[in-house]
Amino acid sequence: MAKRIDVSDLDIFYGSFKAVEGVSMSIEPRAVTAFIGPSGCGKSTVLRTLNRMHEVIPGGRVEGKVLLDGQDLYAKDVDPVGVRRTVGMVFQRPNPFPTMTIRDNVAAGLKLNGVKNKARLDEVVEKSLKGANLWNEVKDRLDKPGAGLSGGQQQRLCIARAIAVEPQVLLMDEPCSALDPISTLAIEDLINELKERYTIVIVTHNMQQAARVSDQTAFFNLKATGQPGKLVELDSTSKIFNNPTEKATEDYISGRFG
Amino acid sequence: MTGVSIADKTPGSHGESPLSGDGASTGRLGDRLFGGAAIGAGAVVVGLVTLIGVFLLSQAIPSLMKNEANFLTSTEWSVGGDHPRFGILRLLWVTVLSSLLALTIAVPIGIAVALFITNYAPKWLSKPAASTVDLLAAVPSIIFGLWGLRVFGPRTEGIQNFLREKAGWFPLFKETTVGSFTTIFLAGLVLAIMILPIITALSREVFAQTPTTHKEGALALGATKWEMIRTAVLPFGKPGVISAAMLGLGRALGETVAVMILISSLAQGTDFSFSFFDGGETFASKIALGAGEFDTPQKTGAYIAAGLVLFILTFIVNAIARIVIERRKAFTE
Repeated sequence: MAKRIDVSDLDIFYGSFKAVEGVSMSIEPRAVTAFIGPSGCGKSTVLRTLNRMHEVIPGGRVEGKVLLDGQDLYAKDVDPVGVRRTVGMVFQRPNPFPTMTIRDNVAAGLKLNGVKNKARLDEVVEKSLKGANLWNEVKDRLDKPGAGLSGGQQQRLCIARAIAVEPQVLLMDEPCSALDPISTLAIEDLINELKERYTIVIVTHNMQQAARVSDQTAFFNLKATGQPGKLVELDSTSKIFNNPTEKATEDYISGRFG
Repeated sequence: MTGVSIADKTPGSHGESPLSGDGASTGRLGDRLFGGAAIGAGAVVVGLVTLIGVFLLSQAIPSLMKNEANFLTSTEWSVGGDHPRFGILRLLWVTVLSSLLALTIAVPIGIAVALFITNYAPKWLSKPAASTVDLLAAVPSIIFGLWGLRVFGPRTEGIQNFLREKAGWFPLFKETTVGSFTTIFLAGLVLAIMILPIITALSREVFAQTPTTHKEGALALGATKWEMIRTAVLPFGKPGVISAAMLGLGRALGETVAVMILISSLAQGTDFSFSFFDGGETFASKIALGAGEFDTPQKTGAYIAAGLVLFILTFIVNAIARIVIERRKAFTE
C-alpha cells in the first residue's frame, strides 16, 4: 500500500515568483519524513506539490518531476483528482465539513468515489475511526456534527477521513500546531501507528516533534526574503539532529537562528 | 419586507461570541451611550412593525364585520353599498402562484450565476459579471412591467400556447378566458427576472465566504471542482441561499406595478380557476388598482384587510425561513 516518492529538480512557482528551487529527494515508504525549516522556506509548498494541491492556488505551477513508485504525478495524462485520491492530506487547522455528521465526514471521500452501499460505508467508517484512535470517543454520537468535537478530536476525525479512502501516502501540514499538548501527543502516537501502513510526510515547526516522530528529516532554508527556498539536506533524523552535514542545519537545530 | 438578514446566518468560524449580550459593557459613558442607542434602534423597529399590524387590524376589522361573504374563501369583490361581499381567495392564489413560479425559476438560476461568479469565472470577468447582475436590481419595476408587456410577453406566447395545448388536462395549465399572453404565467416569469439579482447577490456573498480550509479539505480527498462545490460550498452557503430566496419571495409577493401592468383583469363573476393562464390580481396590484375607490372607510377597510393578509403571508414566509435555518444551526458551528 505504501509507496515511495522521488522528487527530482523540482522548481515551484506562484505566478512568476519562484518559491522553491531545485528540490531533489527520496521519501521512503512506511516511514515518517519530517520537513523542518524557518517560516517561508517553502516546506509546506513542497508538501502541497506531492498531491498537486499546490496548483489549486491561482498561478501555482511546478517544473520538474515527482515520481510516486516511478509514476510521474505531473505527466500530461495524469488527473490531479486521481493523484489526490492516492495521496491524502491533513491540514494545519482541523477542517471537518461543518454541515456533516461525524459519520458523513469520514465517509465523504468514499461517497465521492461512488460507494453507496450502507453496510460497506459503516464498515469503513468504523475501521477508519478505529485507525485514527477516535472510535471509542465518538461511537455513540456518529450522527452528531463533526464540528462539535474538540480540536484534537476534529484533527483525528480529519485523519480518519483521509485514511478512509486508503491512500498510499499521507501528507500532514503542521497537523498539531493548533492543538494542545495532550491532543498533540495523541496525534503523534497515531502517526507512529499509521506509518506501519502509509508513507507519511509531515511538516512541523516543532523540532522536538520532528525528532520524536520522524525517521528521516529534511531541512529547508532560504537565503533571504524574496529568494526561493531550498532543500539543504535530507538524512536520517538521528543524523540531522546529532551530526548534520551542513553548517546551516546545525545552526538551525541548535537554535542559532530561525 | 423580510427580517432575515444574511449576517444572521453566515456561520462564524467560532460560533457564538462569548461577549454577546451586554456582558462586555464596561459601564463607561461611551459604552452606555452606544448601548442605549443600539437598544433604542432595535425598539424602534419592533415598535414600527407592531404599529403597522395594529393599524391594519383596526382599519380592517369594521369592514370585515360587515362583510357578508366568507373573507377567506370567497372570490367575489364588491366592497361598496350596505351589503359588501368580498373575499381574498383569488388574490391569494394569484399572489402565491406567481411568486412561487418566480422563485422556482430564479433560485436555481441565481445559485448557478453565483457559483459561476465565485468559482468558475476568471478573475477579470467575475467583478464585471457581478456588477451587471447588481445593475439588474436597479432597474425600476415599472420598466420591467413595460418590457414584459411590450417585448418579453409576446415572445412567451409560443411556450404558453404549447403548455395550454399539451398539458391542458392538468388544472395548472388549463385553458381560461384569458386568450392572450398577459397571464399569471407571464407575471411569474418577469418576477423571476426581478428577484434574480437579490438572490444572486446574497448567494454570491455567502459562497465567496466559504472557508478555504473546507474547499481544500474536499479537494484533498480527490473531489472534482463540482464535487468540491457540492461538499463544501453549497452546504456552507445553504442558510444564506435560503434567506436570499425568502428575500426574493418577499419582493415577489409585494411587487405591485409590474404585476398590475402584466396580468389581465378579469370581469366580475368570472369562474375561479387554478390555471397559470388565468388573469386576475395579486394583493398588491388589487390594492393599487382599487386606490380610486378609497372614498369610504368601509371600502378602504376591505382593501386594508387584503393588505393585512399579505402582511401575514410575508410573516409566515419569514417564520418558515427562520425554522429551516435554526434547524441547520447545529451543523454550522
